Amino acid sequence: MAQLSYLSPSSVDDAVKALSGASARALSGGTDLLVQVRSGRAKPDHIVDLKRIPGLIGIRAENGGFIIGSATCGAMLSEHATLSKIWPGIVEAANLIGSTQIQGRASLAGNLCNASPAADSVPALITARTTCVIAGPAGTREAAVESIVTGPGKTSLAAGEFVVAFKLPPRGPKASDAYLRMIPRTEMDIAVAGAAVSLALDADGVCTSAFVALGAVAPTALLVADAGQALIGSRLEASALTRMEEAVRAACQPISDKRGTADYRTKIAAVLAHRAAVIAWNRAKEQA
Amino acid sequence: MSKQRTAAIVNGDPVEFLSDPGQTLLDVLRDELHLTGSKEGCGSGDCGACSVIMDGRLVCSCLVLAAEVEGCRVQTIEGLSTGSTLHPLQQKFLDHAALQCGFCTPGILMASKALLDANPDPTESEARYWLAGNLCRCTGYDKIIKAVLDTAAELRQDRKSA
Repeated sequence: MAQLSYLSPSSVDDAVKALSGASARALSGGTDLLVQVRSGRAKPDHIVDLKRIPGLIGIRAENGGFIIGSATCGAMLSEHATLSKIWPGIVEAANLIGSTQIQGRASLAGNLCNASPAADSVPALITARTTCVIAGPAGTREAAVESIVTGPGKTSLAAGEFVVAFKLPPRGPKASDAYLRMIPRTEMDIAVAGAAVSLALDADGVCTSAFVALGAVAPTALLVADAGQALIGSRLEASALTRMEEAVRAACQPISDKRGTADYRTKIAAVLAHRAAVIAWNRAKEQA
Repeated sequence: MSKQRTAAIVNGDPVEFLSDPGQTLLDVLRDELHLTGSKEGCGSGDCGACSVIMDGRLVCSCLVLAAEVEGCRVQTIEGLSTGSTLHPLQQKFLDHAALQCGFCTPGILMASKALLDANPDPTESEARYWLAGNLCRCTGYDKIIKAVLDTAAELRQDRKSA
């Protein structure tokens, strides 16, 4: 680390300039990056700390939705009562990441841009139809959250680009979400498989929109359009849930590793999606 | 490689230190400020032995760069007691024999303090989940949890009678 430098720009423009350098890495919570630097897996020349940029930390309501600063830590999400009420699936997914100590640092943008296939917050951000606000040398652009990760450890962000904020869309009544993951213990582990479901219901409890996304069963988190489609028009009757589970299994393309076999991951992804759908549906019914 | 100057408040005292860009808060606490209570176990945020409270939040000081604490308030184990009077958590850890080798103890005490600051009446389950990021290879955790819950009960009693 002979040439390593630490920069903490106070504006988006300065951060873009700093990140455009040869080998610069963006730092938000640091719970992945600093481990990689220490182990030698990442060898940046510049670490660009984004947390001093106004707005990068914090949650605000805007246009009926929410804007979450990209460096906002997991603990701040669960402390935000309105966000937790309207997007409980996103908050529970983010809060599954690591320990209390990690929750005090780790950010949504870090979880996304570290680009692990098992990142817990990503399926829930996808089913919420989250948009990323991205700053870069060519100005600011917006992109769907599912377009950011392109493979394990790889993103579609160009040199100098970084995620500034996440935009959660407005939420109508009778709508909610849920995220479940499978780990062989109760805490402090990485998902064998994960599933997020976001639903909106009409006054009779019939699904008018439904999104299903999976984690840890493919090189990236997957939005499974057929699985969501299977729930629309249903009250989660057994036949609809069966069709959704079939769509989930068909979408899975997992690897076998020490955490689980491909067969097990495929089977459990459908079970988790089923259970998450039921939780989201029950939550949605409770929402005014 | 130039050293960076950082100013922060550590255990209530203003401090300034120089650090290399790759140095962590834990490195600076131990090697520059000679506050060696915070321990390095894993260096990757898994064991919690380096836990400190930074601007009110529990963090692993091995996962914070020293330069990141510019302008922040940091509380370490060295600031937990008041002079020679132990913090109630420290006393209860002794009463319950909630430590053996002691390597994890500073981190667990800071994590427990952060818990009781945020939640004066935790359930056993809440305490166990809160402390899941602090590994102890000696005690089996049971005495630690009993000490934390006993401290919480005592502090609630003190608050009532105050």
